[in-house]
Amino acid sequence: MISLQEKLESGTFVITAEVSPPKGCDCSEFLGKSRALSGLIDAINVTDNQGANMRIAPLAAAAILVREGIEPILQLTCRDRNRLALQSDLLGAAALGITNILALTGDHISCGDHRTGKPVFDLDSVQLLQTITGLSTGQDLAGNALEGVPLFYAGAAAAPQAEPFALTLFKLEKKVAAGARFFQTQAIFEPQRLQAFCAAVRPTGVKVIAGIFLLKSAGMARFVNKNIPGLTIPAELIAELEAATDPLATGVEIARRLATECRSCCDGVHIMAMGREELIPEITKELRQ
Amino acid sequence: MIISRQKPFPEILAALQQTPRVFLVGCAKCATVCKSGGEEEVWQMQEALSAAGKEVSGSLIIDEACHMLRAGRDLRGKKEQVEEADALLVLACGAGVQSIAAASAKITVSGTDTLFLGNIRRFGQFEQRCSLCGNCLLTETAGICPVTLCPKGVLNGPCGGMDNGRCEVDAEAECAWFQIYELLKSQSRLERLATITPPKDFARMLKPGKLKIEK
Repeated sequence: MISLQEKLESGTFVITAEVSPPKGCDCSEFLGKSRALSGLIDAINVTDNQGANMRIAPLAAAAILVREGIEPILQLTCRDRNRLALQSDLLGAAALGITNILALTGDHISCGDHRTGKPVFDLDSVQLLQTITGLSTGQDLAGNALEGVPLFYAGAAAAPQAEPFALTLFKLEKKVAAGARFFQTQAIFEPQRLQAFCAAVRPTGVKVIAGIFLLKSAGMARFVNKNIPGLTIPAELIAELEAATDPLATGVEIARRLATECRSCCDGVHIMAMGREELIPEITKELRQ
Repeated sequence: MIISRQKPFPEILAALQQTPRVFLVGCAKCATVCKSGGEEEVWQMQEALSAAGKEVSGSLIIDEACHMLRAGRDLRGKKEQVEEADALLVLACGAGVQSIAAASAKITVSGTDTLFLGNIRRFGQFEQRCSLCGNCLLTETAGICPVTLCPKGVLNGPCGGMDNGRCEVDAEAECAWFQIYELLKSQSRLERLATITPPKDFARMLKPGKLKIEK
């Protein structure tokens, strides 16, 4: 099986998607959705207590995917683990055959369902990437030698539409310097912004996987604009959803159009289907041609 | 300045349920400025406790309740009133409460919650700027502390939740890294943002902190 890393490095356009692991230990729905996608996409992002809502450990969920022959991208946030826990999860991942890691700072604990918990943030995403790079050279953060050297393919998040871009660019360059080999971006609604972003980060050699978000209705679009930092859905798209007789079909059409428009300037797309993963083939049908 | 806030009165009363006679202690420094345990608040507490059927044997405002020797000395000065009481209700920060607990064998009840080391914006308005992390980065961050002003304390630039210079946790607040960026830009020192800050040394803030000045 050709890995995500091999595909990206050989210039193959990749498609990834996000599947949330369950709140609970019954992984059947998670696995069903993942199996249904496995032939159509190149890797599945396993989210880490997404939005600071407690769920099954992504390490366990990603290991289940590996067992099924599905390639995961393990999302790892700094919110819930200190440097010992992050490193031991990374070594655990390597032992279980998980190589792709998306290193994230993580949403704040006050966004989620355990608001009285203690946020950790012992490291930030740049320092986590440095840690991954260090482990890959056989050393832990304290400089101790490891038994067996883990192999990772590390990535990071990017928000191409967040302003001021000049400020975020400093951090993006640090992420690449610390070892990020690919970016998975926040949802893109204005492909020209992605083009500007790709032009800015391309000199670093990093691969860019553009985030495509399935808007299910005008109401959802307005909710996102109001509540999700860094995401701005243009008024034209909201109007298009508003005028639609079948908003979900129009949302799929918008996502398909955005993915196709993004294709020329990036190395892949990452589909966030918000629970409607069965619609992903419809969104990505033109991308493989 | 240590910022504290008085606990809700029903909570204080509940903590004093088994102790009918109470001696009150306030602090003339921080708790006075925060209006959690100054002369006025101690007086109001005395009135409220009396109205609730408690007997207040006396009260005392210590110049700095965190000063352990002074707290002990001042309590001894009110020895009889303290002896009459079943409990000492302290309206001072957590440091002050513990000076009292260390100086007296009586039951100590804390009447405040201690919140943070605060700057004073204007009368009655306090803001946390410093987290007492023991490893000051302010020279590198244009005099703006990301450890404190960023809810995640990230050290290498804004997190993914920043947009238009605003914070994901509090949309009213400016992102700490946006503030640092704006100031460095005005000083033509933006290249400072390119340096990676390594993981923080949290061993410098291991508890309990101790410092003994050597001559």
